[in-house]
Amino acid sequence: MAQAQTTQAGTEAHGGAHAADAAFPPFATETFAGQIIWLAITFALLYTLLSKLVLPRLSGIIENRRALIAKDLDEAAAMKTRAEEAGVAYEKALAEAKGRAQALAQETRAKLAAESDAKRKALEADLNKRLAESEAAISAKKTEAMSHVRGIAAETATAIVERLTGKAPAPQVVEAALEQAKA
Amino acid sequence: MASPIEQFQVKPIIPVINFTNSSLFMIGAAAVIVGGLLYATRKKALVPGRAQSVAEILHDFVANTLTDTTGREGMKFFPFVFSLFMFVLTANLLGMIPGFFTVTSQIVVTFALALLVIGTVIIYGFVAHGVHFLHLFTPSGVPGWLLPFITVIEIISFLSRPISLSLRLFANMLAGHIALKVFGGFVVSLGTAGIGIALLSPLPLLMAVGLTALEFLVAALQAYVFTVLTCIYLNDALHPGH
Repeated sequence: MAQAQTTQAGTEAHGGAHAADAAFPPFATETFAGQIIWLAITFALLYTLLSKLVLPRLSGIIENRRALIAKDLDEAAAMKTRAEEAGVAYEKALAEAKGRAQALAQETRAKLAAESDAKRKALEADLNKRLAESEAAISAKKTEAMSHVRGIAAETATAIVERLTGKAPAPQVVEAALEQAKA
Repeated sequence: MASPIEQFQVKPIIPVINFTNSSLFMIGAAAVIVGGLLYATRKKALVPGRAQSVAEILHDFVANTLTDTTGREGMKFFPFVFSLFMFVLTANLLGMIPGFFTVTSQIVVTFALALLVIGTVIIYGFVAHGVHFLHLFTPSGVPGWLLPFITVIEIISFLSRPISLSLRLFANMLAGHIALKVFGGFVVSLGTAGIGIALLSPLPLLMAVGLTALEFLVAALQAYVFTVLTCIYLNDALHPGH
């Protein structure tokens, strides 16, 4: 008992400060200087290595990628513009071709119409001519026929009188009678 | 059984140059960061693989956090903020491996980092803006009679920044690791206490599993919080008088 007490007292006497430190290590002031020095060395080393070696490398990777993506996007935009331009040119060419085709169609149609028109006109003229010829022929025949009517009338009248009287009248008398009847 | 705070003991490895387990894990964290990032970016691939994706996500994450707070001109602090974030994050996560020393559970380490941030703010503020930097303490649009009080409050708030910045990280890491150790200790204590009580020992084990998940969250979150606050303080140096 006494011996134990002595030991305890001896421990306390042995290192008063040490006993207090042992109670709570983070407040053990005699470790401070060493920790600060080593922290300074470590942190200075860490900062130097990171700022001179690691971070430029890391930032470089990220920056490279950003630049590459930006470049690719620009290229894509340029290509899109070119494609749009090509599209516009195609539309224009198409419109031109359409216009030309329409003009050609119009021309052909006009030409065909003119041709058929001419043919029709020629045919019509031909027909008209033949019609006129026929009409003329008919009218000539009619006139000719009409000129024979007097003769037939005179012959008929002579024949009738001859039958009735048994004697043929004089042609002058018949003529005069016909003239009278006609009047 | 070891006490819950035994894990925070700084033990000398090479006493002559003050090289301790704390120093070892600082160097380890730095090596993991530099080695990991160099390994991840070794192919410089246009289409990143898994490791390179992680590296790029970390890069973009810190860059976005910084530019969201400070604008484009804040990018001059990018290597500094990235180093801080990676160092705190890696130190926190390395500490989650059983038996590993947690560098960020040492108040002197977190306070030194916070002082580095505030020192950068003060030095850059004065170099870039001269006396105009002091407008940080005299917000515009405050009535004249109120200005002395506001200025005092602003100065106190400015001076308390390194303390709150370092204590937040330190306390979170410390408390989490103690809680894990305590619940782990409960498992052993209950398990060896007797047959009836031993049946209860899975309960703290479940708790420890849940806490482990929570501690991973805290490790990442505190690194992020430290970084965001660093960005906000740097914004003061870049744009005083806002």
